[in-house]
Formats: sequence, structure tokens, C-alpha cells
Amino acid sequence: MTTKQLNVEAGSVHYKARSLQRFLLLLTMGGALFLSFAIDLATGPANYPLSDVIATLLDPWSATDQLRVVIWDIRMPIALMALTVGAALSTAGAQMQTILANPLASPFTLGISAAAGFGAALALVLGVALLPAFVDFIIPLNAFVMAMGTALIIHFFSRLRGVTVETIVLLGIALVFTFNALLALLQYLASEQALAAVVFWTMGSLVKATWTKVAVTAVAVVIAIPLFTRQAWALTALRLGDAKAESFGVNVQGLRLRTMLIVSLLAAIPVSFVGTIGFIGLVGPHIARMLVGEDQRFFLPASVLCGALILSATSVLSKLLIPGAILPIGVITALVGVPFFFSLIFASRRKSW
Amino acid sequence: MVTLRLEDIGTRYGKVQVVSGVTTPTIQPGTVTAVIGPNAAGKSSLFRRVAGLAQGDGVVDLGSHRPDRNTICYMPQDTGSTAVLSVYESVILAAKQGSSLRVRTEELARIDDILAALRIGDLAGRNLGELSGGQRQLVAIAQTLVRDPKVLLMDEPTSALDLHRQMEVLSFMRDVAKGQNIIVLIAIHDLNHALQYCDQAMAIRDGRMVAFGPCSDVIDSDLLRDVYQVDGHVELNSMGHPHIVLRGPSDETNSRHNTAVGHNDMPKSAMAAQ
Repeated sequence: MTTKQLNVEAGSVHYKARSLQRFLLLLTMGGALFLSFAIDLATGPANYPLSDVIATLLDPWSATDQLRVVIWDIRMPIALMALTVGAALSTAGAQMQTILANPLASPFTLGISAAAGFGAALALVLGVALLPAFVDFIIPLNAFVMAMGTALIIHFFSRLRGVTVETIVLLGIALVFTFNALLALLQYLASEQALAAVVFWTMGSLVKATWTKVAVTAVAVVIAIPLFTRQAWALTALRLGDAKAESFGVNVQGLRLRTMLIVSLLAAIPVSFVGTIGFIGLVGPHIARMLVGEDQRFFLPASVLCGALILSATSVLSKLLIPGAILPIGVITALVGVPFFFSLIFASRRKSW
Repeated sequence: MVTLRLEDIGTRYGKVQVVSGVTTPTIQPGTVTAVIGPNAAGKSSLFRRVAGLAQGDGVVDLGSHRPDRNTICYMPQDTGSTAVLSVYESVILAAKQGSSLRVRTEELARIDDILAALRIGDLAGRNLGELSGGQRQLVAIAQTLVRDPKVLLMDEPTSALDLHRQMEVLSFMRDVAKGQNIIVLIAIHDLNHALQYCDQAMAIRDGRMVAFGPCSDVIDSDLLRDVYQVDGHVELNSMGHPHIVLRGPSDETNSRHNTAVGHNDMPKSAMAAQ
């Protein structure tokens, strides 16, 4: 074979152009996210003029008490919760799809959300604390312990010899049914008040967002993203198959275990606060993949932005569809998001998995 | 300058000992060694053990060279990928493991050179899922070369290639071995290609090395019968190159081999190589 230099610049030139295009896409998504966040703050059952909303945002103490409470204590936590929950679920889904090499993987489809919901319901209905030392945070900790336990079950099952992608999904479906049955049992036993709280999860809603919940979710995202970013090359290499990734020097088993632990954190916390929102973790990463591919340096921020944008836009829609009412966001994400997702799949000419 | 010597190398797959007692003479840089043997003989397991990807016994001696993560590179058999990554990105990926997220201009230039040398520069922007099996093999070679290895273990790199590409790749790898003064071990099924392009051969059967030496010494009618269970012999063609003439499967000799040739027996050529 000769070493004739044909199109020497072609590869790198194309790569640079593609990288720039992706960077611009991320910027655009960031801009769209800011816009959606602003609209989310400006809309709600109480119809305030846009100028009042902006004035309250810029100088809270010049506004009336009512306006300040509505904007800063109600709308702002909800709008920020949409961003952080969307980012957390989408990132969790992206990394589950990556480490399990499975386009169907998400916290929802593999039973992690159902497990977290069951853990939270254990606290609400029976008052059981899975980590008795921290009773003040009984609900999110229960959700986290259950989610992490389920994530580890899936992880170790996926490592057994002879286990295929299909069997992992089957295990996930079995876990969803199991935890849903256990949740139904708890609902059957629950008091009226506890039942209402449990039903809140199954619908998925942002309206009970508080600054504390926003902070906890944001901390999870802020911890997880740099950890994933440090592993960007290794995580991308996993998509070439275990043998190839290992040959590149990636500790595949260790990476999977670490990633699964972080993913369980990202999946459990939002569920414990806002209930089961299934669509984001599955579809956010798919849209990100269609837009920027699977180089984690772009795929990870794109998944974060996609998830945040979808949930923020859905939050706006949930307020606008029926004026004066706020519909449960989990219902809207599925009803509006699924047709949107399918239109993207059919419009996309490139193979996206 | 790196040399390679294996001493009593062994490894297990689960509870099964798949490679044992592999000891080689010192393999010099600038050489290509064919690793030959039937399917499931233990060639891949041996490579994984030498590359440090599988635990096991024995010593991988690199002479005075201080090994780092890219000293010994293993190129696994191609399994395809559904990743939404371009060829170019997949090669960057191989080069950048464990280093910074930023890709420098000189790193890009090096990848351009490697793709051009393999004549796959035009594939740079294509997604991996759009490639043929042969194109994927060439990309895998690029992913390995970009790591600048000193010892390169290639697991059936020509298996999905047409005849022309097979010869091109083997010739290219021989040039790389000589030009960059590195050690290349290639697991290969085509013994004629081994004879033509490789300096020496290591024959593996049932996880043990049964011969090591110059190709023309190792690949003979004894090896064909004892390792591959086929009848045949090696003769010189009109151009003076050795090539194999096969007569067919050797059922009789197969049964004879099973009773007469134990795991520790070595063909004469191997003994001579020791």
C-alpha cells in the first residue's frame, strides 16, 4: 500500500466544521432554554403583565408582596425545577443507554423510577425509613436507596454471561411491573391523605416545587455532570463495544458500575420530588443523539439541554392548554412529546441508533 | 527499542484454562509474526493476556522498555457498532483515551495522515454504521495505529476484507513494522498470506504453542496435519514463493493425531526454532 496523501485535509476540515456546527447547536439550545424559562416565569393562572414580571425579577422588593410571592416563591421554583429535573432525567437516560448499549434504556423503562416511587411510598404510607439515621430526609433517601438497589440489580444482571440487551429490557419491564404492583398494594393500604400523596407521583407534577427541592436536584446534576465529563472519552468508547473499549484501555466494568451509581442518584432524586415523569429520560437523549451524535463532549451537554428544554416547554404548555389550570406535567410530556418525537424519527434520514 | 518475549504465559476463561505455558524466543522489532491455529485455539485469549486485558500466569517481557498504556495495543476482532459516530471521531477516540477533552491541531494532522495512508480519508465523515465490514476493519487498524504502539496484536484484521484489500493491509502492516520498527503479531487464517507477508509464525493449538520460527519452517505438512487436520504440503510456485497445496481434510490423520500427538509434543520446526 502506498502512503499517498489523498485529501489530507479532508478529514480534519470536516471534523472541525462538524464540531463548530454542534457547538452552535448547543448555543441555540441554550438560547431556546433561556426563552422557555422566561416564558415559564411569565405565565401562570394569575395573569400579570410582562412588565410587572420583569420588574419583580429585577427588583423583588419594589413589587407588591403578592407579586413577589407568586414570581419568586411559586413560579421560580417550578421553572427551575423543570430545568433541573429535565436535565437530571435526560442525563440519566443518556448514560443508561450508553452503558447498557440499549436505546430502550431509561430510568423509567428499567424500573428505577418505579422503584424510587415505591421507596417514597414506603415512607409516606408506612413511615418506613430505609436509612433510619436520616429521618428528616426519609422520602428522598428511601427513593434513592430503592433506585440505587434496582440500578445495581440491573448492572449485575447485565454482567452475567449470556445476558443480552433484550433480556436486560425484559428484566426492566419485570421490575416495573413488580414495583407498580407493590405500589398498588401500598395504595390499597394507605390512608386517604397518604393515598393522595402517592397518587401525586404517578401523575408527575412540578407544582410542589420548593427552593430546597430545586437545590437538592441541582446539586445532583452539578455533581454528576463533571464526573461524566471527566469520563467523556471512555463513555463514548463504550458505544464501540466492550472489546474495543477495553482495547483502548478503558476499565469497562468499573466505568459501568460508577456510571450506574451516579445515574441512580440522578434518577431517584427527581422522582422523589416530582413523581414519575417517564418521557424525558427516554426521549431527551434520543433527540440529543439525532442533533449532535454520540461524542460525549457534545452528547452530554445536548442531553442536559434537551431534557431541560423539553420539561420547561412542557411546563409552559401545562399552564397554557387550559387557561387558569395547571395540568400534571407527566401527562403533558407523554401526550405532546410522543407525537413530536415520532415526527422527529420519521423526519430524520440519518440512522440514530 | 522494544523487544517481546513471552514466558510461560497462561490465562483462563471462567474455569477453563484456555492458554497455558506459552514461551517464545525474543521477538525483535521490525518483524511481523503470524499467529496461526484453528478456530478456538486460544489466539484471541493469548493476545488479551499479552495486552494485559486478561489476568493470568507468566511474564510479558518487553526488554528494557518501560511500558505505558499504549505500548502494547490489541486490535480485537470486528463486531460492528451502532454508535452515531463518524470514522474520524472514532479514531480520535482511540487516540485521546485518558487525556484532555481538547483535540489539538497536530493530533488532527496525525489522524489525517493515518487515514490517508490506509486510503480511507474519504470515509472520514461517514458514520460507523454506514461502513462495510472491510471498511470497518481498516478503521479499526487506524484506531490502533493512532495510539503509536510498540507492540501491535491484531486479531484477524483481514477476515472481512476482499483478497486485494487483504494483501494491501498485510503489505501495509509489514511496511509499518519495518518503517516504525515495531513488533506486529497478526492472528491469521490464510497460511499462504502468512508465508508471503510474515517473518515468522507462532502456531497455537488447544491453548498451547506448538511451533515458533520462520514461516517456512513452521508451516509444513506436519503442521497442516497436526494442527489443522488437513493433508497438504508446501511447495515453491513459479515466482519462487512457498505456497500450500491442499489435498483435503485428513480424517485418518486426525484420529492418529488425537492418539499420537499430545499437547506437549512439538513439530520439528518448533523444536528447531527453540
